Amino acid sequence: MSQSPAFFVRKDILPQLPPPAGETGPVKWARENLFSSPLNIFLTLLGFAAAFFLIYEFSPWFLHSVWNASSLAECRQIVTATWGEGANGACWAVIKERWPQYLFGFYPSHLYWRPVLAFGLLLVAIAPVLFPALPTKMLWFSLLFPAVGYWLIWGGSVWVPVMAVMGFVVGYLAAKIIQPLAGTIVATIAAVVVPMVWWIVLAGPVADLVHGAVPIGLETVRSREFGGFLLAFTIGVTGIVFSLPLGVMLALGRQSDMFIVNKLSVGFIEFIRGVPLITLLFTASLLLNYFLPPGSDFDIILRVIIMVTLFAAAYIAEVIRGGLAALPKGQYEAADALGLDYWKATRLIIMPQALKISIPGIVSTFIGLFKDTTLVVFVGLLDPLKGITDAVRATTDWKGIYWEPYIFVGAIFFLICFGMSRYSMYLERKLKTDHR
Amino acid sequence: MAVITEEPKAGFRLSMLIYDTRYRSITIQIVVLLLVMAGAAWLIDNLLRNLDALGRGVDFSFLSARAGYDINQTLVEYTNDSTHARAWLVGLLNTILVAVLGCIAATVVGVMAGVLRLSNNWVVARLMTAYVEIFRNIPLLLWILIIYAVFTEVLPAPNAFRGEDATSTMSLFGTTAFTNRYTAIPWVLFDNSLGWLNLGFIQISVDLTLVVGAVVGGFLVNRALIARANRIQSETGLRPTTWWQSLLALFAPIIAVFLLLGGHFEVPALRGFNFTGGLQVSNSLVALWLALTLYTGAFVAEIVRAGINAISRGQTEAAFALGLRPNRTMNLVILPQALRVIIPPLISQYLNLTKNSSLAIAVGYMDVRGTLGGITLNQTGRGLEAMLLLMLTYLLISLTISGGMNIYNRSVKLKER
Repeated sequence: MSQSPAFFVRKDILPQLPPPAGETGPVKWARENLFSSPLNIFLTLLGFAAAFFLIYEFSPWFLHSVWNASSLAECRQIVTATWGEGANGACWAVIKERWPQYLFGFYPSHLYWRPVLAFGLLLVAIAPVLFPALPTKMLWFSLLFPAVGYWLIWGGSVWVPVMAVMGFVVGYLAAKIIQPLAGTIVATIAAVVVPMVWWIVLAGPVADLVHGAVPIGLETVRSREFGGFLLAFTIGVTGIVFSLPLGVMLALGRQSDMFIVNKLSVGFIEFIRGVPLITLLFTASLLLNYFLPPGSDFDIILRVIIMVTLFAAAYIAEVIRGGLAALPKGQYEAADALGLDYWKATRLIIMPQALKISIPGIVSTFIGLFKDTTLVVFVGLLDPLKGITDAVRATTDWKGIYWEPYIFVGAIFFLICFGMSRYSMYLERKLKTDHR
Repeated sequence: MAVITEEPKAGFRLSMLIYDTRYRSITIQIVVLLLVMAGAAWLIDNLLRNLDALGRGVDFSFLSARAGYDINQTLVEYTNDSTHARAWLVGLLNTILVAVLGCIAATVVGVMAGVLRLSNNWVVARLMTAYVEIFRNIPLLLWILIIYAVFTEVLPAPNAFRGEDATSTMSLFGTTAFTNRYTAIPWVLFDNSLGWLNLGFIQISVDLTLVVGAVVGGFLVNRALIARANRIQSETGLRPTTWWQSLLALFAPIIAVFLLLGGHFEVPALRGFNFTGGLQVSNSLVALWLALTLYTGAFVAEIVRAGINAISRGQTEAAFALGLRPNRTMNLVILPQALRVIIPPLISQYLNLTKNSSLAIAVGYMDVRGTLGGITLNQTGRGLEAMLLLMLTYLLISLTISGGMNIYNRSVKLKER
């Protein structure tokens, strides 16, 4: 067998050719994501046209922004002078000039440091709740913050919040003292009853007494002077903090086997969910006095906070009920098999899982609550969206200004609510334990 | 040896009320009940003492008194000589009107946005994401105010449409005029109108009844046709052609009613300084409706997206493997399953929209809160009674919606053994 002389064996692998131009990089991406079918081409063009139209229409208005002026007329003059006749421009000067009002409403201006400090402390207080990496000791400050924040924002004698906190101490001491004498049950009852008696009967006079001896206090600010984002945050944060535990209790009540507890919870939840928040707010502002002892006066912000809290709690109860229902029955049975009583099973086994499932719903309820703080304008409080904006527009300088305040307030609400929803997604990812 | 084990003596001790789980729940319930009753008694006692101090009782007779105020938009006959009860009815109908219009439009917007957000088209998906996030994270009140401001501040006055050198022209092929006071749209007129049917407290247009009847009848006949086709298909394996029968059943009755009554569209036209003819819809209604639609639409979009995402890809693949075409896959496999996930949250969005329609207060639309809970309350000073009736009204609306939608939900629910 003779070998052919013209035999060629390649010794090494050829370098790979680059993929065809249409199968890589931006071309492939565009082909897949923008122009994959006639319908898609049409939609792409339509989408680009819409985006282009929006940018074309509104970008000059943003680009011609005026930041320094003292009235709308001056703004328009500046726009005309700079950009020529017929040009439109945003007048953000209104935000710059009325900035303190948007933040604090008619809060006395020499006391602005108090809400600012309270806000800073609020950030410190919620940090350990949001990010467990922080030291657990900080939670003690979080627990104390409601009293501190209340005192800073409303002012008055320091002894009122101190005596309010003392209630918890008194309750704890009562339980500690009674337990060896009369057993756990009586101690538990005492831990509930003694603080109640303290708060209702004793706390006020004792605070007055101590204040007479050691007068430490801040200048009192009345609720009617609140406004702007201070008001929105006060109502929103308080509502969020108190509606979650209340919602958990209502959800447990609704899942309970006890007939009366169950029916009371169902009735409450369905009633609250069946009526608009506005009617509840009107009830709080118009009718609450009918249901209180004659002559008693009740702070309007407190009334609003109570209503907003009850409203959000009913929704949270339904969300958590969904979480409880989604738990496999085996979890309840396993807790029983371990010999845990109801509260231990709920606290250690059921609730952690149910709450984890319910995170998205709970956070969207919180977002709804924060957005609903704008509705307090209808009971005469100065919310940032309509209350303050109307007040600003009522002055001759800023008469006729519409878009800038709305866009500004809307942007801030967007940032906060969007931030909350992103945080809930982060939390969901972090707590995810399944292996799907 | 048999051991007789006697049951321990069932002696009842007081401490068993707390320590014995058989009795503890009863104890707790009784304590709770007592506390609630004490609380209620305290509130009612306060109420009675306060009412005594004011020298008045609870009295609903104001409902039959003359209302004495005008309502700019009414669905039923109403003058300022009508009673407060009548104003309540007018407000209730206005609430229902904006709620129904809003629910329909929000569903359309939401389904479109939700489906488009899942599209593999990058631009469209991003635009829809932006729409959903922006509208969900900003208070509804802002949208109502801003849309209302667009209507009242940006749109031209009716007289801008006037004359040879008019600065504004009518939109939508010259049929609709958007002005800063109202939106004038074309409306149906019937030449051979059959007048009104008087039901005592309310008058119903016979024409409207006929039109609604024709639509509902056509719909029912169409359903019967499809059910028959399904039956024949399952018996013989051959599906009869139904499309032309369906078209006939759906559209023939309404066209017939329209022709019989001599219906035609009247386009609004400028007479003097104002538009006449057609229908003038107040801007407060249009702004409220648009805002509710866009806001709720964003939530519905998320629900639809979640519902479609919840159906595993295997379902589509299985349907294709069975040889179903894409549209039949959608209709027979994907949608029935997705609806099961979508319906319950959709119901609560409808409820939310209805309750949010009470924000009509921001634009002065006279819904039930505006009449009964607004002017009537202020004029009569019967805050307690008016708020009670208002809450009952909203509760009734909510229960009706959730009841009706639950029936529908049951029909699409997973049928288990």
